[in-house]
Amino acid sequence: MSEFGKGYRILKKEILSDVTKLMIIEAPQVAKKAQAGQFIIIKIDSKGERIPLTIADYDREAGTITLIFQEVGKSTIHLGTLNEGDTVDTFVGPLGHPTEIKNYGTVMCVGGGVGIAPIYPIARALKEAGNEVISIIGARNKSLLFWEDKMRAASDELIVCTDDGSYGRKCLVTDPLKEIIGGGKKVAQVWAIGPAIMMKFVTLATRPLNVPTIVSLNTIMIDGTGMCGGCRVPLKEGAQFVCVDGPEFDGHAVEWDSLLGRLQFYRDEEKIAADRFKHECNLDKAMRRQ
Amino acid sequence: MAELTPKERMAIGRHEMPVQDEKVRAGNFDEVALGYSQETAIREAERCLQCKKPQCVEGCPVGVRIPQFIKALREGKMAEAVKEMKAKNNLPAICGRVCPQESQCEGRCILGKKSKPVAIGRLERFVGDFELTQRTCPLVRAKSTGKKVAIVGSGPAGLTCAVDMGREGHSVTIFESLHVAGGVLVYGIPEFRLPKRVVHAEIDYAMDCLGIEIKTDYVIGRTLTLKDILEEFDAIFIGSGAGLPMFLRVPGINLNGVMSANEFLTRVNLMMGYLFPEYDTPVKIGKKVAVIGAGNVAMDAARCSLRLQTMQSGGHNPGEVHIVYRRSRQEVPARDEEVHHAEEEGIIFDFLTNPVEILGDDKGAVRGMRCVKMQLAEPDASGRRKPVPIEGSEFDMELDTVIVALGTSPNPLVFVDAAELQRTKHGTVIADPITGKTTVDKVWAGGDVVTGAATVISAMGAGKRAAADMHKFLSA
Repeated sequence: MSEFGKGYRILKKEILSDVTKLMIIEAPQVAKKAQAGQFIIIKIDSKGERIPLTIADYDREAGTITLIFQEVGKSTIHLGTLNEGDTVDTFVGPLGHPTEIKNYGTVMCVGGGVGIAPIYPIARALKEAGNEVISIIGARNKSLLFWEDKMRAASDELIVCTDDGSYGRKCLVTDPLKEIIGGGKKVAQVWAIGPAIMMKFVTLATRPLNVPTIVSLNTIMIDGTGMCGGCRVPLKEGAQFVCVDGPEFDGHAVEWDSLLGRLQFYRDEEKIAADRFKHECNLDKAMRRQ
Repeated sequence: MAELTPKERMAIGRHEMPVQDEKVRAGNFDEVALGYSQETAIREAERCLQCKKPQCVEGCPVGVRIPQFIKALREGKMAEAVKEMKAKNNLPAICGRVCPQESQCEGRCILGKKSKPVAIGRLERFVGDFELTQRTCPLVRAKSTGKKVAIVGSGPAGLTCAVDMGREGHSVTIFESLHVAGGVLVYGIPEFRLPKRVVHAEIDYAMDCLGIEIKTDYVIGRTLTLKDILEEFDAIFIGSGAGLPMFLRVPGINLNGVMSANEFLTRVNLMMGYLFPEYDTPVKIGKKVAVIGAGNVAMDAARCSLRLQTMQSGGHNPGEVHIVYRRSRQEVPARDEEVHHAEEEGIIFDFLTNPVEILGDDKGAVRGMRCVKMQLAEPDASGRRKPVPIEGSEFDMELDTVIVALGTSPNPLVFVDAAELQRTKHGTVIADPITGKTTVDKVWAGGDVVTGAATVISAMGAGKRAAADMHKFLSA
């Protein structure tokens, strides 16, 4: 897998929603070591950027990694256009520390949007370790939800919600969370994965009750091995690197406003790259129609 | 041509290397130094006095046979010049470009006492470049020994060790964490100083000759651990470098617009960010940039900044790039040529200046940096003059980008699950200075992972010495 013309093959592609796709990619050396909570770095082609994606599932025997991604920028939109049989140039991992799985008692797993993908293997592993797992999954609307069945199987109780009420309860994931922890249920620990703003509000909800809350951060990253420092996350006691110290952190220690600001740094460039790619795609389609 | 007398040789002046015009080059990433023509190379080679006891060789960390290759070169025997070179140096086109010759071979040249030393580095580059296109002297692999050697990292130390082990007939696999081989040669040193095509060509040539396998996308410590590798290989060389950036301990370091030189250079060099959006990785540069530090990495970051500013402004650069350094001009650790080129290109040097705080605006972006003026105290016991702040001399610089180039330390990831491998409190691996042998059986190490950030050639020297000891071990 290292020679020129190397490539990691896409074995399966599934469309989970208009903007959410699943891919199973062949990378035996990554699958061999992968654990819940870790991530990989993918680079599509010679001009591509290196982007981190959290591992949604793995199959050591088949030598595959499952990724679920939302098409938000140039690279994820581009990745979404690839099909079964296509290859990507670079696929590195597993990176970061795995989730600390043990029997905590009762735990909660909160997944928002595409964050449902990485929360799934964590919920499953926690349940296998003997925890009572209460999960909440949510998205802006019904079309962005996926893996309800899998999450139900990995949880003792599952609450599904949408912002617009098009499916499940009409609320934010923090509402049922507050009800449960505020209602006297003794929850040992909460895991929350989703958009940074969602994770911020989950930590605000759990802080008054002192429920330990683990978040998984997805920051700007290049190498993923501690080399660039671009992924540094401001914590109350100094900065740490998401790639080597994380990706999971104590959510109550994260300086969320600073983190949210750092995520915005390349917003203009991200838009330029995405617009340029969409424009090329449209040109491509127009050419093929002729 | 009749043989010249020593007097005639000494009468020839040192030949300057043609360079790209400073105004033009400030707006592109093309190589600055253009290399000698064959005619100039031969004329320069004529200056060498062929000393009986050549000091230049003593000054070279890998002991290149300098008088021999120069003699062959001036006699027009290029293949022989290459052969002499490759006896000691596997990657001459790279060393000729990035070695600090003034403190090594050229620093010892006898001609330097009265006039200027022979331009050994430029001649080395000439021979190296010739060979990359002509391939007159392919490396030869000895009969297979059946032994398997793993090399961690494909930078200068790892590559050198790999080539020497390959020549001895061992089966060599290099594990590289990034998507291309070369380590600091591709992620750190910019295109205008060391073109990627030179690095790729040198590596491809050596790998082709010796059948060495490079496994990219393997992060040792994660994809595989040293323990995993030991199960499959007879010997390991760790040349994973010093890739962990040190950050400044001042307030404001997490503001948008503050980055490590590693991040900046990786975006620009490895990811080709200067060609965004044709390449996907963006790199953002402000109009007023400060690079903190004055080593080679700081010079590279400053000169890349200047080029990006010029490219983004469409030719006329209205911006500023500062080097902020707490000591004076005399203590600058960067290579002479880099400082000289940086000055020519218009980099502003703020000596005896130390940052105390990075200032942000209400959006969390850099707006400036508070600095204090420094003075050098009397030399201490080590002879070094410590910089001390001048009380009440604080002032603010207006800035929108701050690049921190204060050095790097070894990346600890490689040592996951390898507690028995002893390291210093600085995180560097403890290894025998001659053989590179570590505290673990069958494991050697060399280069920046042992010394902390140093030079390409010293890493190559360490790779070479370790290879010799590893070969001895495997042959026993």
